[in-house]
Amino acid sequence: MKAFIQGTGSISAQDSTVFPATIREYEGNRLPVADPDYKQWIDIRQIRRMGRVIKMGVGASHISLQDAGLTMPDAIITGTAYGCLADTGVFLNKLVTQQEDMLTPTAFIQSTHNTVAGQIALMLGCHGYNNTFVHGAFSLENALQDGLLLLQEDPARKVLAGALDEITEYSHTILSRFGLYKNAHTQQLLRSGTPGTMAGEGAAFFVLGAEKNARSKAELTGVEMIYRPASAEETAGHIAGFLQRHGLQPADIDLLLTGRNGDVRGDAYYDNIETTLFAGRPVAAFKHFCGEYPTAAAFGMWMAVQALHTGQVPAAAMFKGHAPATLKRVLIWNHQHATHHSLILLTAC
Amino acid sequence: MSEQVWIAGGDVICGTGLNLAACLDAFEKMQPGMGAMQHLRSAHANTFPVAEVKAGNDELAAMAGMPAHWSRTALLSMIAAQAAWNSTGLGAVSNYRVGLVSANTVGGMDKTEHFMETYLQDTATGRLREVVHHECGSITELVADALGVRHHVSTISTACSSGANALMYGARMIRAGMLDAVIAGGTDALTRFTLNGFNTLMILDQQKCRPFDDTRTGLNLGEGAGYVVLVSDRLAEQTTAWCRLSGFANANDAYHQTASSPEGTGNFIAMQGALNMAGVQPADIGYINLHGTGTQNNDSSEGLAIVRLFNGHYPPVSSTKSFTGHTLGASGGIEAVFSAYALRHGIIYPNAQFTTPMKELPFAPVTTFSRGNALRHVMSNSFGFGGNCSSLVFSE
Repeated sequence: MKAFIQGTGSISAQDSTVFPATIREYEGNRLPVADPDYKQWIDIRQIRRMGRVIKMGVGASHISLQDAGLTMPDAIITGTAYGCLADTGVFLNKLVTQQEDMLTPTAFIQSTHNTVAGQIALMLGCHGYNNTFVHGAFSLENALQDGLLLLQEDPARKVLAGALDEITEYSHTILSRFGLYKNAHTQQLLRSGTPGTMAGEGAAFFVLGAEKNARSKAELTGVEMIYRPASAEETAGHIAGFLQRHGLQPADIDLLLTGRNGDVRGDAYYDNIETTLFAGRPVAAFKHFCGEYPTAAAFGMWMAVQALHTGQVPAAAMFKGHAPATLKRVLIWNHQHATHHSLILLTAC
Repeated sequence: MSEQVWIAGGDVICGTGLNLAACLDAFEKMQPGMGAMQHLRSAHANTFPVAEVKAGNDELAAMAGMPAHWSRTALLSMIAAQAAWNSTGLGAVSNYRVGLVSANTVGGMDKTEHFMETYLQDTATGRLREVVHHECGSITELVADALGVRHHVSTISTACSSGANALMYGARMIRAGMLDAVIAGGTDALTRFTLNGFNTLMILDQQKCRPFDDTRTGLNLGEGAGYVVLVSDRLAEQTTAWCRLSGFANANDAYHQTASSPEGTGNFIAMQGALNMAGVQPADIGYINLHGTGTQNNDSSEGLAIVRLFNGHYPPVSSTKSFTGHTLGASGGIEAVFSAYALRHGIIYPNAQFTTPMKELPFAPVTTFSRGNALRHVMSNSFGFGGNCSSLVFSE
């Protein structure tokens, strides 16, 4: 199962029209999305009613379709851990404070997790396959796997797959109480050496097709999820096995792109395997650009596709070693709380 | 790779019964599960009947072997998923590559809405254990961990079609050779969030719902969980499979965020796609388990799509939501269990509360329970918000 990535689109804390030539730096405990002008893609009357995550998702999906030169996909698949938090929060607040009285439907309608995939279908008039995965740090990965399965079942399809998550005041306050975040500067985040990271949000989409075409930017060679590995050794074994199934050794990976986020507790896990299985391989990171959220790997994948397409790894992305002179294969390895690991293998095409 | 995907077993828990056997009994005795709220606390307790699972969280927790402070969504899921797996006689989960694909729409919202009562007064308060399992995926993992499922866990949320999409995704992973067995279906607990949400849409009936009845005025919310166990050809040889999941399709209506198109475009494409994959004609379908929510909009769109597709060859149809209420993310799973079991045992379920045929339809739902029907193919429909439409076909 593999696919060619024909187009990508990202809305994140970075301005995707100038990244990585210009990188936005942040200080504090979160990286908010750099909102583009959503009027480019969405009717102004609709914009006012839409939650941010819906706008981000619709915007990023439009950019990726444009990039692929595609007007109508055959399938729309989204992944989101939290869903439409802002609308959920609005409805919950009124439910509690108004004691279940005088509620209005808009926030409820927009609170369902499939709102973004439904909106994209509605705006495109797309009657094709439509699915939404809501499984934490496996949401993007399942969306991609579903897309790969669809292409294996029918190679004529073009699949729009992506992931999105938003920060709201409620979610940020509550997640902060779990001790997930700290105040830092994005330039120092990865080497901060203390517990906690910076929160992020964003949306990224990819147009997948079975055949290489003039627009193809990279090949999505494989996706794998590892659930609750018992140890770093087990994880390393899974990674080696995944590479082996694609006829590769760790040394064949030109760049390892990890999900390190500056939280010393989780980064130790990356250190361990980077220095054993991937000893001497260049390592890059992406969460100092987009922040930490369960579908942040979508930003990492967007960045990696761009790097494979241009042959250039942004210098600011490098964490260990030097940016490789030739870039053929990138392995994205992301984990959340050491319980959810995902592997996304990309190849230049 | 597996050529076919088999249903090796399944079970449910819902307002009609704590397991499949109890539900069958209720269908036969025409005893719908709707009534006044006993467990959900709501300002609308005396206004809207609901189909609650007839057990408190302590009792469910004991049945599930889980702590009673966990979300009711997880407790319901565990009870049905464990029973579904046990029904296959396959033994230890750890002997196979097993996945859990579970759908839900509310996650741990039952706990979150309680948390918010305190949190909204002071954001430093509210017990974090009430929101730690807020995410839909977290509910699936509580159950996967309790069952010992390691090879694949995922959660799908496409509103009211979620459970059916879980079966589809599971079946496709088996076909691709990725897994040997998948426990697939959905779960949802009643919450004030969904009750009030549907109330703002003005589609809740204050009486027992009347699906496919001309006098229908809305749906009753229900709760529960339902899972089938999908297995590969190889595993099917080790068990007595109920039937095959022979066809399925997912389409989008692309008409409105919550409403169905009047002619049921998405419904038609989904049903047609499922028939095509199963390689059967409309006339081969022996029974349709309708989505049949009881809202004006759904039943009209679904009915007209059936008219267009079946074109005179109308099989017996009924909505088991007239007994279970609309269990949202669970409904596709619960109704898949009912449909697969119906095929295996030649059962056609009745549609309760039916009196008046819909003017626009040339067919009406079945109103009596019957056994001994020669069923070769059964269809199950699930349609939802966001235009999400899915249809499944089970074959002998």
